[in-house]
Amino acid sequence: MCLALPCKVVAIDGETATIDVSGMKKDISLALLDDVAVGDYVIVHVGYALTKLDPDEAEKTLALFAEMGEQAMAEAAREIH
Amino acid sequence: MKYIDEFRDGDLARGLSAAIRQAAVPARSYHFMEFCGGHTHAISRYGVADLLPDNVRMIHGPGCPVCVLPVGRVDMAIRLALDCGVTLCTYGDTLRVPASDSLSLMKAKARGGDIRMVYSSADALKVAQANPEKQVVFFAIGFETTTPPTAVAIKQAQALGLKNFSVLCCHVLTPSAISTILESPEVRQWGTVPLDGFIGPAHVSTIIGSQPYEFFAEEYRKPVVIAGFEPLDVMQAILMLVKQVNEGRAVVENEFSRAVTREGNVKAQNLVAEVFELRRQFEWRGLNVVPYSGLKIRKEFAEFDAEQRFPVAYVSVADNRACECGAILRGVKKPQDCKLFGTVCTPENPVGSCMVSSEGACAAHYTYGRYKDFQ
Ligand code: SF4
Repeated sequence: MCLALPCKVVAIDGETATIDVSGMKKDISLALLDDVAVGDYVIVHVGYALTKLDPDEAEKTLALFAEMGEQAMAEAAREIH
Repeated sequence: MKYIDEFRDGDLARGLSAAIRQAAVPARSYHFMEFCGGHTHAISRYGVADLLPDNVRMIHGPGCPVCVLPVGRVDMAIRLALDCGVTLCTYGDTLRVPASDSLSLMKAKARGGDIRMVYSSADALKVAQANPEKQVVFFAIGFETTTPPTAVAIKQAQALGLKNFSVLCCHVLTPSAISTILESPEVRQWGTVPLDGFIGPAHVSTIIGSQPYEFFAEEYRKPVVIAGFEPLDVMQAILMLVKQVNEGRAVVENEFSRAVTREGNVKAQNLVAEVFELRRQFEWRGLNVVPYSGLKIRKEFAEFDAEQRFPVAYVSVADNRACECGAILRGVKKPQDCKLFGTVCTPENPVGSCMVSSEGACAAHYTYGRYKDFQ
């Protein structure tokens, strides 16, 4: 029951936000989070936004995955030759 | 979908897999516990274990809220519905958890109990508002992710002056469970299951931050890497753990920096502190009684505490003798080690709680054990 996906906020009305989940709209509570804006991604759990997603950190993490993988693949290639 | 698919990419997974193989020293073995059911789910669903070298083993921990809910707590909810005549609102996952006398909340509903599934604590509050003639109890379970929403509901009930809403509080705390595992005599006795590090919770950490784990790293010399719930997150965390072990380091690292900070969600923490206080002790399925590991409602909010309002004292009940959930939740046994696995005990007909939620070790292995291809 802890699985929760990042969802895009498409509208905000007071403490209620509307999120878009694969085209489906759903209302959630912003009672636990300040400073949410339309366009932000939030992690939603049991009807509440728990935290915002930081797009820069997401990019950095993805870049790190790629870097680690490339290094490993290059190393593997060297071992074969 | 954005922020999801990129973290499931097959090519990146193969790269990370190669990186882990290169980092893991062949002469030694690595045992890491993923605490969260969400990680257990990802590992099984995406076949992460198959991408690891043989000397890196993942051990499932007790971080599935449904799995650690003891029989006695479900019995209380059933007594509230059947004996006290309340309308019981509950998250769907608790409905099939086996209770005493071959009952479950689902079966109690069939016997006439007014038991309703809700998606959020706010929905339970709406049921109370819509039915002023009924006493409505919200069966509140879960770790630090579900606790703040329960606090919000209690505060709203107070603000609305609701007289027919209360909460059966079964919220538990992640850090206490981790220390119990580290100090558990069973694990020490077993000897063959040493833990070299932990994958720290994803969503729990969005609330409490990474700071509470620093204690484990320092006190127990165990590395902790907080990781997101996607398969690549888990693999990156394993790589980071392997490196820490190799270098003899034991610190908290945060792979899930896109959602977790050191401080966590302070607003949510303050709400929780206002409404709840520590229980001296709380019984967990599989971990027995763990001191200061659960929360109860503060006396300022006593009128919203179902345990104060209704005569339902907690009675401890032993699990089904053949069920190995206790050993599985401690990382001592695997689902396949249980005689009932996949025969008597299936997701359709769970005997123990690990088979109920898709994040339970038994259910995850049953469902995905055979489909391990990366998407
Ligand atoms: S297979 Fe069923 S009975 Fe066996 S440990 Fe898992 S949940 Fe318990």
